[in-house]
Amino acid sequence: MDKENIKSYIIARAAKELKDGDIVNLGIGMPTMIPNYLPEGVEVTIQAENGLMGVVPCTKESYDPVYKVDAGATPVTVAPGGCYFDSCTSFGMIRGGHIDVTVLGALEVDEKGSISNWIIPGKKLPGMGGAMDLVVGAKRVIVTMEHTQKGEPKILKNCRLPLTAINCVDLIITEMGVMEVTDAGLVLSEINPEFTPEQVQGATEATLIVSPNLKPMA
Amino acid sequence: MPKFITLAEAVEMIPDGASIMVGGFMGCGNPHKVIDALSKSGKGNFKLICNDGAQPGGPMGEEYYGVAKLIHNRQVKHMVATHVGLNPEVGLQMNEGSMRVDLIPQGSFAEMIRAGGAGLGGVLTPTGVGTIVEDYRDYVHSVQEIDGRKYLLMKPLKADFALISGYKVDKAGNVWYKGSTRNFGWAMATAAKTVIVEADNVVEAGEIEPENVMTSGIFVDYVVDGGKANG
Repeated sequence: MDKENIKSYIIARAAKELKDGDIVNLGIGMPTMIPNYLPEGVEVTIQAENGLMGVVPCTKESYDPVYKVDAGATPVTVAPGGCYFDSCTSFGMIRGGHIDVTVLGALEVDEKGSISNWIIPGKKLPGMGGAMDLVVGAKRVIVTMEHTQKGEPKILKNCRLPLTAINCVDLIITEMGVMEVTDAGLVLSEINPEFTPEQVQGATEATLIVSPNLKPMA
Repeated sequence: MPKFITLAEAVEMIPDGASIMVGGFMGCGNPHKVIDALSKSGKGNFKLICNDGAQPGGPMGEEYYGVAKLIHNRQVKHMVATHVGLNPEVGLQMNEGSMRVDLIPQGSFAEMIRAGGAGLGGVLTPTGVGTIVEDYRDYVHSVQEIDGRKYLLMKPLKADFALISGYKVDKAGNVWYKGSTRNFGWAMATAAKTVIVEADNVVEAGEIEPENVMTSGIFVDYVVDGGKANG
């Protein structure tokens, strides 16, 4: 798979995790593509942490880039039934458990569900933005990312980069498989049929528990 | 009642070295005309408390958008923000040692400002527990455990000035924000000694229904009639 195919494969699988009626916050990058992949009959309400509920793409008529953007600074609008609010209200929704699912990328995830995604000391300091609040507060945290970075594992025994939060990730979706974070460790529950469980383990530093019900990823 | 002033008067009252909160998210909701005037003032050494450094390149063709102008002109010596990744000049100035940058989780940042304006001694949040944020002594008082869960006790944030943007501002200073511009402006309007609102439209008192006033005029010290930001 090339880069673009990997992305759409991961995102198409992540889209299936969302249930009709879910309130979701989608991280910048890959996760923002999820609405294009939602299965038929599934409608979700998208929250943006800069103060929007019910985010939808804008039309020519509703294009208003000075006043209406999402958290990636993309001009958007809100659907009928949605609303705008201030940042305290927004993060009250997020920390208060009013967001059903957040989907976001990561630099590293470990077998305890800890995640690093906001800083590479000495190299990159983008900042955590809303990520620390989202992974602590959303009811379900799904990480979508490529399985490795330049061949090096990103799914580790313990994160090495500064953490975004501890023990918060529920599910990891990569181009190689789907891994659930459980008390026993990381359970490989679905696998891309192009790979064997041994190959997935080979690209993963954390120990994977292969589910007895391992299914093809689809 | 707030005093209505000109852009020049607004800039005049902000001294070198002031701590300045600026509402907005990636430039959306920055008070663009006040920031533009301040960027041309030659003043500097500011402590900028703003969610982000905005970005080069604005939606209306601006070369530098919103607070990115202050950063580009090297008027900021200390930035308190949550995310600066989309303005590469912040990282450059930080790496060369000319700007200090403190990064705070966005939800904590919002509530610390609210606490600063609401007379609270701090905010308890689970966000940041187990991360290096715990060690930010300028902002984190301590780690507390309440009913078995850990929280960070975050200190309040205040500033000398808050510069915010309102789409409609009435003669009594009441503010109505359009779209997603409300973001941090609502809390910042309560947390600074001097609050200056740039109005895209000035309206008569009563034209914003009392039920729809988002920031009460009692928080607003000065209003600059900016005219429509969209021209």
